[in-house]
Amino acid sequence: MTPATIIAAVVRRELLRAVRNQAEALYPLLFFALCVLMFPFALGTDSALLSKVAAGVVWVAALLASALSLEALFRADYADGTLEVLVVGGASLPLLGLGKAAAHWLLSGLPVLVLAIPLGLSLELQPALLGTLLATLALGSVCMSLIGAAISALTVGLRGGGLLLAMLILPLYIPVLIFGASATANAALGLPVAGELYFLAGLLVLALTLTPWATAAALRIRMS
Amino acid sequence: MSALQAFLHMGGYAPYVWTSYGLAAVLLIFNIVLPRRAEQAALRRLARREALGESHDTAS
Amino acid sequence: MNFAFLHKYASLMHFYRLSHTLTPWLAAATLALFAWGLVGGLLLAPTDYQQGDSFRIMYVHVPAAWMSMFVYVTMAVAGGVALIWKLKLAEIVSRACAPLGASFTFLALVTGSIWGKPMWGTWWVWDARLTSELILLFLYLGVIALHGALDDRRAGARAGAVLALIGVVNIPIIHFSVEWWSTLHQGATVSKFSKPSIHIDMLIPLLVMISAFQCYFAWSLLVRVRSEILDYDRNASWVRELGRAQEAGR
Repeated sequence: MTPATIIAAVVRRELLRAVRNQAEALYPLLFFALCVLMFPFALGTDSALLSKVAAGVVWVAALLASALSLEALFRADYADGTLEVLVVGGASLPLLGLGKAAAHWLLSGLPVLVLAIPLGLSLELQPALLGTLLATLALGSVCMSLIGAAISALTVGLRGGGLLLAMLILPLYIPVLIFGASATANAALGLPVAGELYFLAGLLVLALTLTPWATAAALRIRMS
Repeated sequence: MSALQAFLHMGGYAPYVWTSYGLAAVLLIFNIVLPRRAEQAALRRLARREALGESHDTAS
Repeated sequence: MNFAFLHKYASLMHFYRLSHTLTPWLAAATLALFAWGLVGGLLLAPTDYQQGDSFRIMYVHVPAAWMSMFVYVTMAVAGGVALIWKLKLAEIVSRACAPLGASFTFLALVTGSIWGKPMWGTWWVWDARLTSELILLFLYLGVIALHGALDDRRAGARAGAVLALIGVVNIPIIHFSVEWWSTLHQGATVSKFSKPSIHIDMLIPLLVMISAFQCYFAWSLLVRVRSEILDYDRNASWVRELGRAQEAGR
């Protein structure tokens, strides 16, 4: 089997599981929307204020939704023993990690991208900035899924669960957050954002090359 | 103001300077005393084990 | 040069004995260096014309910040050794570094904040270096949490090692990002803690204090590691021998 078919098989399995548990698959999106909607309640509905914070709020909400939806990534396989079989049986763990990250992005990152449009606009985000926001979110969310798969593998089944995972992963998300949010802020000032986008792309490439090995190491340690 | 008083006064910044140095001292002492105590406790545990005879617990 | 003699010290028993030989010397060196550094920093160094005597906080803040980075790298390197060569000693060292590094980071943060109050009037500023230090504290706390979250101590140490390695790759990225972010939002490019030039009489005590902290780290690390060794190897014959000796000595 080629690496691509292995990854596709992993992704297909995750998508099938999502189809069977549709309610659970929607949780990240509902959480994302709720998170964003908290802010007008907290800050008031002054248009000027909201439009200033819109991109940042969408970014933080996307980040939190990604972090909290990661716990489920390996949980089911861990619970029913599939994970142990895969590790002991010699499956390619880096490819498994990539497949899980890809599935996480499809089920959580991509829908968040789509939802970011109406939610961002509801926060008075200037429509002209949507392009930048979505571009940064697209690059950043893939990074987050990749890093997330490694940390999720590291913490699967532990006491403290999702919050432990979130606590471990949020500091690692900070560079993505800084460049993603500030790109939109710069775009609002009419400044070029190519630098930020290149940096995010660079982080993405780094994550793509390094995180599968971290995920593999994490799985081996946890399943030994 | 005597030399000692001037030294302690730290040009008016006494609370800031001495709190910093004090905190440093506390942390540094703490990080030696605590592991030392842990080692003594481990040795006492080992002694008790030997006194009670061979035991079969496995190291984690 | 033949390094084979070092292999002996990967054995827990030999390292335990070595640590008992070394720690009195390290303790003495640490105390001597601290004495020298404190006299130099608190007494001999001239008062700064801008900051008055508050600049003396530098003599704990800077070494603490330096150590916070140094210990993280040590923790990651030891972790890497533990993962690749599966050495128990490396696992123990990596694990022991975490609370020490977190203490240094906490100290750096608090002294940085205290130093800032008389200078800028606030207890906290989102300065690039302080913010990076804060993130580093969270990275340490994460490793410590992971160490404790697994029931098997060895697996916990190895999981923490993976996290530490992920963190060590991230730290330059985080530093760069935070540096970039702080200039973005402050506009000014001068870091609040920058010192364009430092008088030699102020510099020497600083270097001595940094050495003192390094010596201290070696000392406290050895003490911490050897108490863990006793637990790790508790069924080994040499440890049981120690237990018998302790029992006989009561």
